[in-house]
Amino acid sequence: MSFNKKRPAQPSRTHPTRNLTDLKRGESGILDRLDLPEEDARRLMEMGFLPGHSVTPAHSAPGGDPRVFQVDGSEVALRRETAIRLILR
Amino acid sequence: MGDCHGCPAATITRPAKTRRQIVAIVGPPNSGKSTLFNRLTGLRQKVANFPGVTVEHRMGRARLDGDHEVYLVDLPGVYSLTPRTEDERVTHDVLGGAMKDMPKPDAVLLILDSTNLSRHLVLAAPVLSLGLPTLVILNMADDLDARGGEVDSAELAMQLGSPVALVSAAKGIGIEKVMQFLAGTTQGAPARNGGGKPLMELPVIQDIPKCRAWAAHAGSKARYHAPAPPLWTRRLDAIFLHPLLGPLIFLLVVIGVFETIFAGAQPLMDAIDDGIQASGAWVASVISYAPLRSLLVDGVWSGVGSVVKFLPQILILFLFIGILEDSGYLARAALIADRTMARIGLQGKSFIPLLSAYACAVPAIMATRTIENKRDRIATILIAPFMTCSARLPVYTLVIAAFIAPKYQVLALLSLYIIGFLAAIGTAKLLKSTILKSARSSFMLEMPPYRWPTPRSLGLRLVDRAKVFLRRAGTVILAVAIVIWVLGHLPLKNGAPPPIDQSIEAKIGHAVEPAIKPLGFNWKIGIGLISSLAAREVIVGTLGTIYGMEGSSEHSVELQKALRRDLTPGGAAALLVFFAFAMQCMSTIAVVRRETMSWKWPALQFAYMTLFAYAAAFAANHAVLWLA
Repeated sequence: MSFNKKRPAQPSRTHPTRNLTDLKRGESGILDRLDLPEEDARRLMEMGFLPGHSVTPAHSAPGGDPRVFQVDGSEVALRRETAIRLILR
Repeated sequence: MGDCHGCPAATITRPAKTRRQIVAIVGPPNSGKSTLFNRLTGLRQKVANFPGVTVEHRMGRARLDGDHEVYLVDLPGVYSLTPRTEDERVTHDVLGGAMKDMPKPDAVLLILDSTNLSRHLVLAAPVLSLGLPTLVILNMADDLDARGGEVDSAELAMQLGSPVALVSAAKGIGIEKVMQFLAGTTQGAPARNGGGKPLMELPVIQDIPKCRAWAAHAGSKARYHAPAPPLWTRRLDAIFLHPLLGPLIFLLVVIGVFETIFAGAQPLMDAIDDGIQASGAWVASVISYAPLRSLLVDGVWSGVGSVVKFLPQILILFLFIGILEDSGYLARAALIADRTMARIGLQGKSFIPLLSAYACAVPAIMATRTIENKRDRIATILIAPFMTCSARLPVYTLVIAAFIAPKYQVLALLSLYIIGFLAAIGTAKLLKSTILKSARSSFMLEMPPYRWPTPRSLGLRLVDRAKVFLRRAGTVILAVAIVIWVLGHLPLKNGAPPPIDQSIEAKIGHAVEPAIKPLGFNWKIGIGLISSLAAREVIVGTLGTIYGMEGSSEHSVELQKALRRDLTPGGAAALLVFFAFAMQCMSTIAVVRRETMSWKWPALQFAYMTLFAYAAAFAANHAVLWLA
């Protein structure tokens, strides 16, 4: 995996940030932001991944990647490398 | 899928004087646009291409009361009207009246999934802001009801300032409201059963969170109550996406499809075969003028008949792919395949076109449009023709039936499918590590709920495919059969045709023989190969005609016998392998040219596949010789 794009500076927090991959199956979390290039972020937002929305991991392909996430009434499959950039509150 | 095999960009021409109203159907993916379109138009539809772009769309006529008709345009599924992908650009341009040769629509049918209304309503903001008369269709109303959801459509109409109809396109519930709206457009004043000034102001359409908030607000004003989660979809996913059962079921499905194609289609094919033979005998008995009788019976009946009998197999294959696609299983298959596809540098979305390529490479190559990454898309286009398309089946079936013992026939067929698949993988890997290298692309795919495929949609698909196949049999294959027959009867000696091995045809065949001899082919197969450059299955018709002239009847058993006399086991293996890898298909070349907008890719693809096929056939022939 290669992430050429620089991560935006992280705001200092007492807790380390959590992302979608930290959620157990069936456990939901509230989305805070999408650390992705504009293009991908827009597409994901159109599919329901908007800050403030609740996201719940569900089934996955064999091996756990990609995984289906329930968000805003639909189910969308994402690769781990994408899910890891979706930061939770 | 469900488009036309190699037909040119057919734009429906409208009579200029009595211009019919044009109504565009817009909606997000999986909202049931196509089901509604099929419901409204039935058989009065055509696949067409917008000039200058690769995006195809379907146009059809909806018949209203009192002999009125309107044109319906089924636009690609989009989440927004921001023109970023090609699909979005087309939808944007058509709705804005900026598409060449396509007048601005007179009205819009905006179709949304009522079971997921808060999110689907987001698309209503940009569509309504166009100011066209719009009917907002809340589809899958039966599903909404069954899962305990509800919405006040009259109130929603007040909020949006446009009429709203609760509909189930699959079951045909509420269609009369759509018809009413369409009838209104023909009278210049679309029905406004709740119209007037919208109570809610439209949001800034570029701002997704604002649009989403607007949609939620509209939903809550209309007392939208979201239904319970789709229980059956969850249950089925627990099985189909089970770590062990999932891949196993997928394999069983694939094997089941092949078994049905080979064994299940046989009675139907035999029936067609008998019908062809009986009608050929009848023609022979009616026509007394010998040359004409020979042309019809040995040329046309043998040539066209030997191809037409494969119609059942091809339709069964399309039926299976249709069921997989319409039921929602194909998206799960893409999910399961993503990791494997990633290993060869592609992604799960490439899997769907590649699976469709098992039916036909032409619609498959068009289906690559959903792949956002350009290099991934070209790689998928380049490997798609390696997948075993239905046009190879007639060739495979004939050679396998002639040379391989019945109990190994399914295995042989499966092996041919597998070598095609392996060639595709190898080529993808080669491409993605050389000329089409790119950073890992992302994979985002919505999983639609499982649904029962409607017999209507499946039926329309099959009618479409049958038409394409028979049209080809009636044109290209018919023409080739006649040419083959004529060349086999010239030059005349003392007013009588020469023995076939002294004909012009034999001369052409003998001219190419040195090139194909290392593969174990004689001149007759050579003629078959040349004629199959048009389309793969043509070789079967050509051989039917050649052997028909030699005195064999057009019955397929005779054709097998003739082939066994003429081809060594090594040559038979080489022929199968050659067809597994060679690009022999003009329609595919044309569609690759159109989709990649250059001759570079189809030329490279044709050269690569032909060389590959030649080398592999050479190896197969010599391997069999060595073993024997």
